[in-house]
Amino acid sequence: MKFLVCISNVPDTTSKITFTDNNTLFNSAGVQYILNPYDELGIARALELAEGGKATITVLHVGEISAEPTIRKALALGADDAVRINSKPKDAFFVASQIAAYAKDKKYDILFFGRESIDYNGAQVCSMVAELLGIPSVSIAKKLALEGSIATLDREIEGGIEIIQANLPLAISCSEGISEPKIPNMRGIMSARSKPLLVIEPIEGPDFTHVLRYEAPAQRGKVKLVEAGDAEKLIELLHSQAKVI
Amino acid sequence: MAILVYVEHTEGKFKKSAFEVVSYASALAAKMGTSLSALAIGAIENSELLKLADYGAQKILHASPDSVKGFVNQAYASIVAEAATSEQSDVVCLSNTFSAKGLAPRIAVKLGASFGNGVVDLPDLSDGKFCIKTTAFSGKAFSFEELTQLKKVITISPNSFGVTEQKTSGNIVPFSATLGSTDLGTLIKEIVRNTDKISLPDAERVVSAGRGLKGPENWKMVEELAELLGAATACSKPVSDAGWRPHSEHVGQTGITISPNLYIAIGISGAIQHIAGVSSSKVIVVINTDPEAPFFKVADYGIVGDAFDVIPKLIEAVKANR
Repeated sequence: MKFLVCISNVPDTTSKITFTDNNTLFNSAGVQYILNPYDELGIARALELAEGGKATITVLHVGEISAEPTIRKALALGADDAVRINSKPKDAFFVASQIAAYAKDKKYDILFFGRESIDYNGAQVCSMVAELLGIPSVSIAKKLALEGSIATLDREIEGGIEIIQANLPLAISCSEGISEPKIPNMRGIMSARSKPLLVIEPIEGPDFTHVLRYEAPAQRGKVKLVEAGDAEKLIELLHSQAKVI
Repeated sequence: MAILVYVEHTEGKFKKSAFEVVSYASALAAKMGTSLSALAIGAIENSELLKLADYGAQKILHASPDSVKGFVNQAYASIVAEAATSEQSDVVCLSNTFSAKGLAPRIAVKLGASFGNGVVDLPDLSDGKFCIKTTAFSGKAFSFEELTQLKKVITISPNSFGVTEQKTSGNIVPFSATLGSTDLGTLIKEIVRNTDKISLPDAERVVSAGRGLKGPENWKMVEELAELLGAATACSKPVSDAGWRPHSEHVGQTGITISPNLYIAIGISGAIQHIAGVSSSKVIVVINTDPEAPFFKVADYGIVGDAFDVIPKLIEAVKANR
């Protein structure tokens, strides 16, 4: 089988988020970039399913050269090779168009995505790629098992789980539960340096959204403290002042 | 010019998020000076469909194709896109549910539309543009984006707009769409619901607890407080990582993002990743033994105290006030 794992390069979860250029650009100064945590889950599950030579794994990233450490990490985890489409990821549709154009004639059985990237939280690329390729997709998958060319998945729904059967080829967006993040071992890190990383140029593609500006969430007023011994006062405040209970 | 709102139902019943997205679409139609149609798919009674008219949906399309058993994002996307075309709708609205994540981007691709994910307010239409406000960086910021295509698909963050009644006389119109042979690539085998609990993404009130609770055996009182308040339960990442609570309860940057009216955090220090997932809650209450816990800086109300003392007192207080 052939797996394609699509990855993003995102600010570390502990990053303070600030903006420059009149709040129109994310301020990446001093920000540590990491492999998107949900994409890590996709790689982890792909590796488990590929164990024993059952599949080859290619990782794909749409982005600039600055993302190469993240791509190398994916290779260190055990992916066989990598492709970087050399372009600023303009918006989700642009990225999806690049991935679909690349994957179109490569006959991948499963395309793995994270449920969303933790920077722009679009949660769109997986479904867009699937639509562009005309294949089924499952978003927010918490479990994936394979039997021949039939996949069985758990998909999160409000207050429960949907158990789904899907034909391959299939695109899935991975969520917690599908696997556990793995840590690359020394051998993986060493071999990642010599694994193939192909850089290709993007296709002409439209983008359909423009970010105008960013804004920090409104600050809350100072916290109103209630004495621990006086907990019923909190309930009263929530009822009569905040009016939420 | 018109607007189409796709309205999700669960086994023939609409949830609050469904009425909210109709309220939103109705307000948007008024703002744009255009008409609104609603669309529901699958088995649902007319009496339930007519409830959408209470929130401003005059024309209610109902598609119930025999070949589609339950939610299949490909088939549903074909139906919604076809309805948008036949209704000449330039804007399609959906509630940002788990299913919408598989559905809405497909509709956008089919229509060649700009896609706006998780909007939290009506768009700004000045200068003939269509600019949305949405959360980014997992709640650490808002992003204002222009949707540049003539057609737009937007999903609305649950609990961000609210439900507004606007009674009109509803008119149910059967709608049939042409489905392709490749539209049915997935099949639901089974649905497992936690029927005894309020679902976290839908919840208006949430009681959440962290490592301060010391172990899974201590969640009984958290659950009792939640039940008394009509709240869902949630937890921090270390708690779900340790297997004390299911992953579906983990809120935060790498879990789910919620915006309830009330979020009570007990024994959670407030790491930046956790706060990101709950910062758009309307009222935040923090209960923690450590007065320096960062969570107090973003809280509206707080108690510096031990969960094991405070929770039983809160339970008593809620019982007494009922």
